[in-house]
Amino acid sequence: MSQALLECAALDKRFGGVLALAEVGFSINRGEIYGLIGPNGAGKTTLFNALTGIYASDAGGFRFAGEALSGLRPDQIAARGIARTFQNIRLFGNLSALDNVMIGRHVRTRTGVFGAVLRTRAALEEEAAIEKRALELLGYVGIAARANEVARQLPYGDQRRLEIARALATEPKLLALDEPAAGMNATETLELKKLLERVRADGITILLIEHDMKLVMGLCDRVLVLDYGRSIAEGPPREVQRDPRVIEAYLGGAAAGASTA
Amino acid sequence: MKPGAAKQGTRGGTRGVSIFAQAHAKWVGLALIAVALIGLPFALASVGTAWVRIANLAILFVFLSLGLNIVVGFAGLLDLGYIAFYAVGAYAYALLASPHFNLHLPFWVILPMGALVACLFGVLLGAPTLKLRGDYLAIVTLGFGEIVRIFLNNLSQPVNITNGPQGISRIDPFRFGSFSFSQTETLLGLVFSGPIKYYYLLLLLLLLVIVVNLRLQHSRIGRAWEAVREDEIAARAMGIDTTSIKLLAFAMGASFGGVAGGMFAAIQGFISPESFVLVESVMVLSMVVLGGMGNVWGVVLGAVLLSFVPELLRYTVEPLQKSLFGRSVIEPEVIRMLLFGLALVLMMLYRPAGLLPSVVRKRELAKPEEM
Amino acid sequence: MDIFLQQIINGLTLGSVYAVVALGYTMVYGIIQLINFAHGEVVMIGAMVAFSVITALAGTALPPVLIVFAGILAAVPVCMLVGYAMERIAYRPLRGAPRLAPLITAIGISIILQHLALLVWSRNPLAFPQIIPLASFEVGGAIITGVQIAIILTSVLMMGGLTLMVYRTKLGIAMRATSQNPQVAGLMGIDIDRIIAFTFIVGAALGAVAGVMVGTYYGIAHYSMGSLLGMKAFSAAVLGGIGNLAGAMLGGILLGIVEALAAGYIGDLTNNVFGSNYQDVFAFLVLIAVLVFRPSGLLGERVGDRA
Repeated sequence: MSQALLECAALDKRFGGVLALAEVGFSINRGEIYGLIGPNGAGKTTLFNALTGIYASDAGGFRFAGEALSGLRPDQIAARGIARTFQNIRLFGNLSALDNVMIGRHVRTRTGVFGAVLRTRAALEEEAAIEKRALELLGYVGIAARANEVARQLPYGDQRRLEIARALATEPKLLALDEPAAGMNATETLELKKLLERVRADGITILLIEHDMKLVMGLCDRVLVLDYGRSIAEGPPREVQRDPRVIEAYLGGAAAGASTA
Repeated sequence: MKPGAAKQGTRGGTRGVSIFAQAHAKWVGLALIAVALIGLPFALASVGTAWVRIANLAILFVFLSLGLNIVVGFAGLLDLGYIAFYAVGAYAYALLASPHFNLHLPFWVILPMGALVACLFGVLLGAPTLKLRGDYLAIVTLGFGEIVRIFLNNLSQPVNITNGPQGISRIDPFRFGSFSFSQTETLLGLVFSGPIKYYYLLLLLLLLVIVVNLRLQHSRIGRAWEAVREDEIAARAMGIDTTSIKLLAFAMGASFGGVAGGMFAAIQGFISPESFVLVESVMVLSMVVLGGMGNVWGVVLGAVLLSFVPELLRYTVEPLQKSLFGRSVIEPEVIRMLLFGLALVLMMLYRPAGLLPSVVRKRELAKPEEM
Repeated sequence: MDIFLQQIINGLTLGSVYAVVALGYTMVYGIIQLINFAHGEVVMIGAMVAFSVITALAGTALPPVLIVFAGILAAVPVCMLVGYAMERIAYRPLRGAPRLAPLITAIGISIILQHLALLVWSRNPLAFPQIIPLASFEVGGAIITGVQIAIILTSVLMMGGLTLMVYRTKLGIAMRATSQNPQVAGLMGIDIDRIIAFTFIVGAALGAVAGVMVGTYYGIAHYSMGSLLGMKAFSAAVLGGIGNLAGAMLGGILLGIVEALAAGYIGDLTNNVFGSNYQDVFAFLVLIAVLVFRPSGLLGERVGDRA
């Protein structure tokens, strides 16, 4: 079994005349926490969308667990083990937190129309298992007490955690998080860091886009830096931090000052 | 707190009521309703057999509304041409059990066939169009409904398939050996006319359909529909094949319509394209929306109200006008449609989630709070 | 070959009317993403009002052109009022609501208007008095009547006028801005409520004239004439690209020609299996085909971001 879980090679993505991603290549190893950073507009979310099937790449592709996944639909990719959260939080707002996570179980369960209507033993058992697992996951991310609250009325930090719980419900091999710490204060960010370390300890590889450098430094094993759609550096955060190309991308010009800590 | 009890709080609808009612009161209430429903046809028959027929038609509309509720209420797909599936089911039955082609297949064979044909039409229509955004889907389905009606009206030449605007008559009633649903019989001192027999059959089937709907709603599939309705992109990201799920809703809704159509053909004994015009699609959609889209009981209420109120109007307004003005100034049909149009506008302005709103829909239509 | 040119002429006439009605649909959809189901009824009311006026003046010694003009003069303000009332009372309060609500409302208004018209003008089809002299001209084997020429010219005039207004006046810029991004337009000082109301009013005015044209062309008006015509015009708007003015005009004319050609030739093409009684199906088939294969229409849609 190879070390690399996700291998991306020479990925291009165009929007009309704009080359949003150009020959992006990297690989993520099993059990890693891998960061994706870069200035605004560098193409991070575009890359995410390409990896999760929302966009089809124009050239190149990526392999996940040995299988070529480029060109598949988002639901097919989720079925194969990549689950994601969204930069702008896309919960099922009018449903309860519990329902949100239960929906996450959809892809790993099977009860269809007949099972539902006839209430077969298998269907009832599966339904009970879905609810049980959903409650467990809510507890895992720390919002078990809010199981029956309406998702869009949850406090912001809890909404982000709910999104993670929902993604975890799909039993992913790779959890892709788009700015999970956005809008969080220092305490919440610390809790998030602990949560993600626990997720990794439980065997799930993590890919995350983040702007919070403190979190990135403390959490990620390796990072990829994008700038104008190109990967300009890849490696452990401390090394990348000192890379002059990275500094230039963030600060512009011949800036060789101290790195952000 | 037990998870089961907790879920009832958010799901609302029928389970919400039962928490707060004492066990005794609930059973007494149900028993009363059951007695009322069982005795209803005889009560109506004493006023006039026509009212039993009206009740039967009302039940058929409840069927249709429940079928459309799966499409519009559960899955959130706008269908303005739903009556086409009713038409397909009705004509399938009529062609297979009438003197038209001289085929007289038994009803338990034809009804499933009608459902299948309607389901097929649903899949054919849905496969290329369900990816369209909301209002476009509405228009496409409307167009489909009209196309079906125009074909039904014109497929009398060169090969007479549908008999054009004249329709198909002398359609076989349901028959079980020598027991025919159209004949009047006396049992235990009570007179069971044809319509009364059909009433009980329809009531039984309706209860079945309601149970099926409720179970679907609170199942894995029902949740998937809710997810697609809330946020299709997120639903896909969570592994739900939204295209298939939407097609499933569409096909199921179509099947319900097809079955209802077959029963309509048998009960009425005669069908023509006139019964399947656009305004009927609008009527069924209104029953779903005004009653409470997504809430099975709301939909039932909406269908019953919109079926009975116009009839009641006709029986009261006509004599009222005659006594006041000496003649009918405004035909009841026109009053009915004016009130109907007004009801649509007023409901959307003041109570868009319907009379018995589903909990989730009410939240959707509430003013967004600041986060 | 005869019938081809004739059908083209008929198609152009019909198509011009579709185009004018389609403009009403496309403007409203472009600005608030609403399919104004009741627009067809506005056209119908235009025809009915004109009918009343023309019938009243038919006995007098006024020249026919003036009589028709009087009809238009009466129809336009009535329809503008109806259009404004619709927007103000029923659509404005629902501007933020999910799509289903204004759609249902539009259907409700359509039903109300139809039956009000039924009450005012009776259930029966109304025959326009034959006051327009039958002038016809021969063109390459086909015949084009004076009425047809008048309709085509009037339509072209109105389309031209609208285009001028939308692209050359301040009001037009405001309309286009509101259509693209209502929030920002509001921040720039545009009173979007007014602009939206204005859009409805202009659409209604166009519809009124279209109604008069249809009434005088076919010689009849009927309370239910709006729905089918409306559906077809909407199909034309989608065909050309919803929200796109040029698209509505192109779509309307194309649809008219396709319909006329189909009506003329379908008997021959299908060996009389399908006759011209299937004519109405074409608009719907075109609509479905466009939405399935090219939803943005021939010239591309111009719909702004929905809030």
